[in-house]
Amino acid sequence: MEDVVCTFCGSVCDDGEFDAEKKKVKKFCRLGSAKFSEKERIKAPMVDGKEVSYETAIEKAAEILANAKKPLLYGWASTANEAIRLGVIIAEKLRGVYDQCASVCHAPGTLAVIEEGLPGATLGSVKNRADLVIFWGANPAEAHPRHGMRYSISAKGLLIKDRKQRKVIVVDVRPTKTAKMADLFVQVKPGYDYAVISALRAILSGNADVLPSEVGGVPKEKLLQLAEMMKNAKYGAIFYGLGVTQSRGRDRNVENAIKLIQLLNRTTRWVIWPMRGHYNVVGAGEVPAWEVGYQYAIDFSRGYPRFSPAEFSAVEVLKRKDCDAALIVASDPAAHFPAAAVKHLKQIPVIQIDPFPNMTTLLAKVVIPSAVYGIEAEGTAYRMDGIPLRVKKILETSYWTDERILEEILKRVEKLKG
Amino acid sequence: MLWIKNGIVIDPKNKIKAEKMDIFVKNGKIVPEREVKKEECKVIDASGKLVVAGGVDMHAHIAGSKINTGRTMRPEEMRVVRNIAGKFRATVGRVLLTAPAIGYEYAKMGYTTSFEAAQPPIGALHTHEELDAIPMIDKAALPVFGNWHLVFKCIEEKNLEKLKALIAWAIERSKGFGVKVVNPGGVEAWMYGGNVKSLDDQVPGFNVTPREIITMLIKANEELGLPHSVHLHCNNLGVPGNFQTTIESIKLAKGFSNSKRQILHVTHVQFNAYAGSSWRDAASGAAEIAKVVNSMDNVTIDMGQPIFGHATAMTGDAPFQFTLHKLTGARWSNKDTEVETGAGIVPLVYLPNNPVHALQWAIGLELGLLVDSNKVALTTDYPNGGPFTEYPYVMAMLMSRKMREGELSRVNAYVQKTTGLASIDVEKTLYEVINMTRSLPAKILGLENKGHLGIGADADIAIYNLNPLETDTSKDFEKVYKAFKSAEYTIKAGEIISRNGEIVKEVFGRTFWVDARKRVDMEAVMGDIKDYFQYYSVQLRNYGVEERWIKRPERLEVV
Repeated sequence: MEDVVCTFCGSVCDDGEFDAEKKKVKKFCRLGSAKFSEKERIKAPMVDGKEVSYETAIEKAAEILANAKKPLLYGWASTANEAIRLGVIIAEKLRGVYDQCASVCHAPGTLAVIEEGLPGATLGSVKNRADLVIFWGANPAEAHPRHGMRYSISAKGLLIKDRKQRKVIVVDVRPTKTAKMADLFVQVKPGYDYAVISALRAILSGNADVLPSEVGGVPKEKLLQLAEMMKNAKYGAIFYGLGVTQSRGRDRNVENAIKLIQLLNRTTRWVIWPMRGHYNVVGAGEVPAWEVGYQYAIDFSRGYPRFSPAEFSAVEVLKRKDCDAALIVASDPAAHFPAAAVKHLKQIPVIQIDPFPNMTTLLAKVVIPSAVYGIEAEGTAYRMDGIPLRVKKILETSYWTDERILEEILKRVEKLKG
Repeated sequence: MLWIKNGIVIDPKNKIKAEKMDIFVKNGKIVPEREVKKEECKVIDASGKLVVAGGVDMHAHIAGSKINTGRTMRPEEMRVVRNIAGKFRATVGRVLLTAPAIGYEYAKMGYTTSFEAAQPPIGALHTHEELDAIPMIDKAALPVFGNWHLVFKCIEEKNLEKLKALIAWAIERSKGFGVKVVNPGGVEAWMYGGNVKSLDDQVPGFNVTPREIITMLIKANEELGLPHSVHLHCNNLGVPGNFQTTIESIKLAKGFSNSKRQILHVTHVQFNAYAGSSWRDAASGAAEIAKVVNSMDNVTIDMGQPIFGHATAMTGDAPFQFTLHKLTGARWSNKDTEVETGAGIVPLVYLPNNPVHALQWAIGLELGLLVDSNKVALTTDYPNGGPFTEYPYVMAMLMSRKMREGELSRVNAYVQKTTGLASIDVEKTLYEVINMTRSLPAKILGLENKGHLGIGADADIAIYNLNPLETDTSKDFEKVYKAFKSAEYTIKAGEIISRNGEIVKEVFGRTFWVDARKRVDMEAVMGDIKDYFQYYSVQLRNYGVEERWIKRPERLEVV
């Protein structure tokens, strides 16, 4: 099958060639290929470690959820929009909490959008127009291996034909693999992104003279050079990664970067965009936004949605012991959350829906294996830039899809809740 | 089966002017009396009540990446709680609403159809996912064409067959309804920080002008015979002096004709009806525009009426949005989209004491009053001019000079010398306002079964607690406003979905899309499309929306 859509990272490459006999996919990077190769699976639904039918596991899951005062529904970045929508509706019905992986990842970028907006572009705009691309605290060579070739670094566009017509700059705390591909590498002292962005804003607004000889480990000459390159670009793009959102300053770093973009647009064109991680983490935020108004950290305990990241993100809810059951879909909080949060997760009934076993499987009371979207199931996913793509079913499976499982859970929850 | 008894019917399409009559409904359609068994009918006693077709909103931004980015950017908009979860969905939103809230609020008001007015073709699947999440109403989306490189190419080559094939292909792929054009050429210019300023400016990098883009898209649209005409958001939106550009654009319709409908619809004209040379001397150009529209028989417009209070500007007109951001210093989102189009979003508030806002408010009303009622549809360009939930305010204002006088006394006096609003003594009749919100928008869109109550029409019906035979709409504006705010009954496809402003049943309507593929030779353009797709970031095979992915699609084939 041609033009298979990859369901690994936020690049969502859609040009894979799948060989059904060898069960291998051509063109994808090693991360995507690994996703499409055979892996250990959860064999069957389980309750308390015992294998059961889908119906039994779903019945048990619905019972746990319906009996909970305030269940946490978390995960969602590696499943399809159809499943996410059901998750949001179930959370609303149960008066629980909906949260998704972004809350421990790119959510500071969302907070910055609330402060300043998001002057952005699709990856296809960057590919065709950008003569200068900056990766800031992002390392696509390792995290999004085909991003550079398809959209940004060496992509062949209509107006910018190839790598020769495009300059690439990497700003990071260490010389990454991506930095080696760059025309200019700017090394920032860890935690000094905000200061460096402010320095660029100062230069671009004509106040270079106030700068000291060095800011955040970057010599003034280099800052001047960077600012000059940015000013002279016809169409520039900043892609930022977790190096910006998860270091000192967090959302304020992004906010400052957006202000820099606003300034640059007064004289030329610039856009900024986050390098989102999971293939549908964008959907995990967009779907609840249209269904209930917010992207993440949503509490329904009053019967209507409330958004407050410092209270209702999964880690905070767990640390506060403010949930008495959890439904984890396509995620592994047991492996990635702080110990204090995992501690509470171990004390409450956990339901897991996932194709693959992980640390969370070990503490789950109910485990429901599911089909892999993009391989065994069809559904909608949003690429990192919000472009919707329909991921395909290329292999038959006896596993149920997340959508079907959640639909059944919703039906039973509705019955139990009356 | 339904039997709506003794209502006072106003149905402009069928020339029914407040007549007492019965309406019969079977299988979601309006049928003649003989087709129903009266003993099996649910009877609604509509004695002394106004019975009209469900409202049709022909231009609103209700689904897709723009409104959803707006929600994300403005959580403060989501703090207004409209419904607590229970039998129905929890709904929230001040002006920007969640998808379930959009459906519920339209239904409460007696509206049953709404069209998303600007959809980037590559984002169509997102738009359809949101349309699918909106309950209660029928819907559709208009893909945008005015800044697409492929469109420019067809126009540069003056190849009409190719352009027609491209439109048919793109509408099918996006499951869209018609041809929307937003600031033709200007959005492409914005990709390098510019804009176009007149119909004859050359689009940077292309041998085309806005005039050529509009004219050739009209030609293609008419030869394809699409249900809806070209739907134009003019150049120079939001720029003082722009009424001249708008008039020039309207005149591009000269020489074309269509027996069924207009050949050009110019949208949210309020934003394109400014005289003057800057915001310091801006004034109304509404009267001049109205004169031109009234003198032509193939152009329609909609108002784009601002409502005092909060709003969010969101359009495909990306350069305008950046200008607005610079003007107000507010948050700004932008989305340059492949080589297809662009968009921007900026929060906004219309204040009565601000001279510019008061001017905009007055111009919208002038257009509504001065343009013939069969040529101007009522819109707020939701959420650009404000909420659609205030349509009843606009309806009441158009019908009552007294109400306008009261409102004029509380807005900035700047409007007194820069607009003619105070001296306009036109008071639209109830019949005319029902036309502007029902029959006319349905006719403009080419929806034959909407906007009226004739035999065969969709049984989308609104019943209001307002007796047209006893109400003086000129004096009783408060009563009129209240009546239209919450319909006593809203009936969708024959089912009662809302009563006295409360949702009683959740239903999901259809999504209309137009299939004109039989009208073209697709081979005329496929080579170019394939060639262009090397510049897309998705594969041609993965571009577009299949019918089976949509909840309730309805294909309208043009043969």
